[in-house]
Amino acid sequence: MKLNDPLTRYVVRLGDDALIMGHRLSEWMSRAPFLEEDIALSNVALDFVGRARLFYQYAAELMGGEVTEDTFAYQRDVRDFTNLLLCELPRGDFAFTLCRQFLYDAFSLPFTQALCHSTDPQLAAIAAKAEKESRYHLRRSSDWMLRLGDGTQESHERCQNALEQLWIYTDEMFECDDLVNDLVVAGVAVNTSSLRSTWLETVTETLRTATLAVPESQGGVTGGRVGIHTDDLGFILAEMQFMQRAYPGLQW
Amino acid sequence: MTARMAECIPLLPVEELARRRRRQESKVGEIWALLDEVMDPEIPVISLYELGVLQDVSCEGDTVKLVLTPTYIGCPALGIMEEDARAALAAGGYDQVVVETRLAPAWTTAWLTPEARRKMTSYGVASAEAGDIGCPQCGSENTQVISEFGSTACKALFRCLACQEPFDVFKAI
Repeated sequence: MKLNDPLTRYVVRLGDDALIMGHRLSEWMSRAPFLEEDIALSNVALDFVGRARLFYQYAAELMGGEVTEDTFAYQRDVRDFTNLLLCELPRGDFAFTLCRQFLYDAFSLPFTQALCHSTDPQLAAIAAKAEKESRYHLRRSSDWMLRLGDGTQESHERCQNALEQLWIYTDEMFECDDLVNDLVVAGVAVNTSSLRSTWLETVTETLRTATLAVPESQGGVTGGRVGIHTDDLGFILAEMQFMQRAYPGLQW
Repeated sequence: MTARMAECIPLLPVEELARRRRRQESKVGEIWALLDEVMDPEIPVISLYELGVLQDVSCEGDTVKLVLTPTYIGCPALGIMEEDARAALAAGGYDQVVVETRLAPAWTTAWLTPEARRKMTSYGVASAEAGDIGCPQCGSENTQVISEFGSTACKALFRCLACQEPFDVFKAI
């Protein structure tokens, strides 16, 4: 699927982040350490999948014709997905999932806050709703950082390991390519490079309180925005898209 | 106005004021009244209007147009609310209904009236807006969060340390 219009590409990109993050979280259903956490992870997953639907619905509207939200979710292949690599990494252990969530939530809140000021009214409206949820998500994932980081020796170690593994994938959140830069000039997109200091401040403060060390920066891995992914995305799509690939147009 | 005064005087958010005006000045008051019978599927004691989901009602010829706003982005109840609203209108003789989903202004629990909050509490769902969270069973404010997420997207799970009962809290967003 070839997307040409810059706004549509941007909207789909945001939808991809949300869908893949939501899918990874949904994998915890019936597998979380205890019931309340199982429910919580499923609820956050639902928030992200809901967010993905709004972005895809808007992209479908922009494209017109036969395209629907499902076209974006089910009928594109790995190289067409433009989500952040951070979102697609396998869920790992509970510490890994929560650390990923925390690092992303700390980005997602200032991002959605900034997107509320987009000159594109529909993007601003989606952001205004997502921002409230992101605030809630960040509160919860920060709380988990404190509990795990300042918990037992094992939870601390697992958390620190997860942060070390995740850190190289965080640079990509602040990367601005030509698409973003052009849309920033038009007032549509968020200049994510300007969010880095806010993000780092939130992360540093929380990790310090949680007795965790902020990992040393060793350069970042990128590629998600141009469709160059880790092996893991293909496996997500294989599971997520199977029914629509086997029975195109199938309805519940 | 000082912040302190704003705390004492319950102020209606402007979007909520506008919504009430729309109902007050509406020419199709009977349709709004019909829809007062449509309850939130998860908290079946408050109506879609009281919840703030029903934003506007208008009529063009034989077609009724509803404007709904979702509470949470991923809330699966919105589809059920739409179905329930259509069924109530059909029962009232309105067969042609179009439903528009509007995102802005973004829904907030600040739109809930004290009356709606009272109904929720008596149903067993506490509200997180008003400072300390009281147990809907025994009224004690000696309560503790169990999980930030509860049985549905809009609720958190708490427990009362006085009567030991777990209860749902309507999350403030």
